Amino acid sequence: MTEIFGIPLPALLGQLLLGLVNGSFYAMLSLGLAVIFGMLNIINFAHGALYMMGAFFAWMGLEYLGLNYWFMLGLAPLAVGLIGIVIERTMLQWLYKLDHLYGLLLTFGITLVIEGIFRSVYGVSGQPYQVPDALQGATNLGFMILPNYRAWVVVASLIVCFAVWALIEKTSLGAKLRAGTENPKLVQAFGINVPAMVTLTYAGGVALAAFAGVLAAPILQVSALMGSNLIIVVFAVVVIGGMGSILGSILTGLGLGIVEGLTKVFYPEASNTVVFVVMAIVLLVRPAGLFGKEK
Amino acid sequence: MNKKLLGYVALFGAIALLPAFGVYPVFVMKVLCYALFACAFNLLVGFTGLLSFGHAAFLGTAAYVTGHALKVWGLPTPVGILVGMAGAAGVGLLFGLLAIRRSGIYFSMITLALAQMLYFFFLQAPFTGGEDGLQSVPRGHFLGLDLASDLTLFYVVLAIFIAAFWLIYRIVHSPFGQVLTSIRENEARATSLGYDTGHFKLLAFVLSAALAGLAGSTKTLLLGFATLTDAIWTTSGLVILMTLVGGMGTLIGPMVGALVIIALENKIGDFGNWLGELTGIAWFNGLGESVSLVTGLIFIVCVLAFRRGLVGEAMALWEKRQRPS
Repeated sequence: MTEIFGIPLPALLGQLLLGLVNGSFYAMLSLGLAVIFGMLNIINFAHGALYMMGAFFAWMGLEYLGLNYWFMLGLAPLAVGLIGIVIERTMLQWLYKLDHLYGLLLTFGITLVIEGIFRSVYGVSGQPYQVPDALQGATNLGFMILPNYRAWVVVASLIVCFAVWALIEKTSLGAKLRAGTENPKLVQAFGINVPAMVTLTYAGGVALAAFAGVLAAPILQVSALMGSNLIIVVFAVVVIGGMGSILGSILTGLGLGIVEGLTKVFYPEASNTVVFVVMAIVLLVRPAGLFGKEK
Repeated sequence: MNKKLLGYVALFGAIALLPAFGVYPVFVMKVLCYALFACAFNLLVGFTGLLSFGHAAFLGTAAYVTGHALKVWGLPTPVGILVGMAGAAGVGLLFGLLAIRRSGIYFSMITLALAQMLYFFFLQAPFTGGEDGLQSVPRGHFLGLDLASDLTLFYVVLAIFIAAFWLIYRIVHSPFGQVLTSIRENEARATSLGYDTGHFKLLAFVLSAALAGLAGSTKTLLLGFATLTDAIWTTSGLVILMTLVGGMGTLIGPMVGALVIIALENKIGDFGNWLGELTGIAWFNGLGESVSLVTGLIFIVCVLAFRRGLVGEAMALWEKRQRPS
C-alpha cells in the first residue's frame, strides 16, 4: 500500500475529502458573510444559527411532512430566506447608521433566541438524518473509496459558490449590487431601489447558509448547537481571507478545510485549533488578510 | 466631586451591610465577581471603544491558574489570586498584540476566535480536568483571616472589588484614560495629535484582561471550582450583555447590569412557573431551561431600543431635568 509520511494513502485521501467537505461549508458561509457585510455593513452572527435552521428544516420536512431531501434542498433555503427578510425588515434596518458593533450584538441576540427555541423543543442531542437514496454507498476509484454523498456535497457547494460569484461579477444585477456596496446614495439617485436590494442581499446570504445546512444534515448530526461552533471558525476564515473578494472567500474556505483535514491526519490534537493558529500567523504576516486590501 | 465620593461610600456601605439584612452572602459575592468582570470589560468597550468578544478567555485563564495554584501548588491565597491575574494579563498581552492589528468588526471576530482556540486548549489540557473542571479548590487564608466562613470571604471579596473599582475609576479619570476616550471618539485624530494609539489600545487591553482575571480568580475562590463554562464563548456574550444592559461607558452601569442578569438567571425558573400558572400555558414552566432564549431577547431589545442601558438612560433623564428648556 502506498504511504506518505507513514500514513496510508487511502486514509490520507479520506481525511482530505472530509477537509474539502468542511471547507465547502466554510466557503459557503464566509461567502454569505462577505456579501452581507458588503451591502449591510453588518457581520451576521446569526449566520450559524440560520445554517442550523436549514439543517433542521430538512429534518423537519422529512419527519413531519414526508418531504424528501431534494425538496428540502430547495425549500429550506427559501424558508430561511423569508425569515431573513423578516429579520432585516423588522430589526437590522434600524442599525445601518450606527456603529458596526451593534449589528454584531443584535445578530448575536438573534442567534441566542433561535438556538434557544430549537433547544427548548428538541434538546441538545443530535437528530439523525439519512443520506438520500440516490447518493448512498461509495464509489471505488482504485486508489480510494469515495463516499458518494461527500463527493456530492463538494460538487454542489462548488457549483453554488461559483454561481454566486458569476451572479455578482458577471450580471447586471451583480453590477448594481457592487455599485450599491461602493456608494449606495449614488446608486439610489439612479433610480435603483437600494433598500430592496439590501433586503434581498441579506435573504440571499442566509439562504446560502441554509443550503449549506441542508447539505450538512446527513453528514453531521442535526442539533441546535451545530451552528455556533461553526460560525466562530468561519469568523476566523473571514479574518484570514479578508472580506474584499468573493473568489478569495471561496478559496480561503476550501483551503482551510483542507488544512484542517491534513492536521487531523498528522496531529489530531490540533485539528480543532489549527484554523485559529493560521489566523494568528496571517495577522502577524499580513494583517489585512490574504485577499484583503490594506485600508 | 465630594458628593460623588459620598455616593460611592454610601453604595459600598450598603453592600457591606447586605448580609446583616439576611441577603445570602454567596449570591452577593457572585454578583460582585461578575460586576468586576463587567467593569473590566467596560474599560475596554465603554472607554476605549474596542468590542472584545473573547473576554471569557481571561476569566477562564485566571480561574484555572488560581485553582491550580491553590490546589496543586498549595500557594497562599493572595499569591494564588495574583498568579491568576498575571496569567490572564499574559494571555491578554498575546491576544492584544494580535487583535489590535485590525480594528472595528475584525477586532471582535479575532478576539472571539482566539478565545475559542484557548477554549479548545483548556478542553484538552491535562491540568484543567477537561469536562469535569477543576474541583474542590481550597479557600485558604487571606492575611490571617480564615476564608472558610462565607461572611469573612464576603468582606474580602468586597474589599477586592472596591480596590479594583477604585483602580478603574483612577484609570478612567487619568490623562491615560482621556487618551483612551479620544481613541474611542476619533482614533485618526488621536494619532494626528501624536499619540501612539496602538500602544494605548494594547495597554488598555492588558489592563482589562488582568482585571477580568481578578474576577475569575475571585470566582474560583468563592465557588471552589473552575470549569469550561468560565471560558466558553457564551460567557463572553454574557459579559457583553451585562455591560449593555447596565450602560456602556458608565462606571456604575456594569455593576447594575451584572446584578440584573445574575438575578434574572437565578429567578427565571420561578418567573416561568409563575407565568405558567397565570396563563395556563405549560411551555412557560420550562422557561428556566431556556435562559439563552430570554437573554437573547434582552439583547435584541437593548440594541434596538435601549442602547444607553439602564444607568445611561437614567443619567440622560437626569441631565434633561437639570437643564430646564
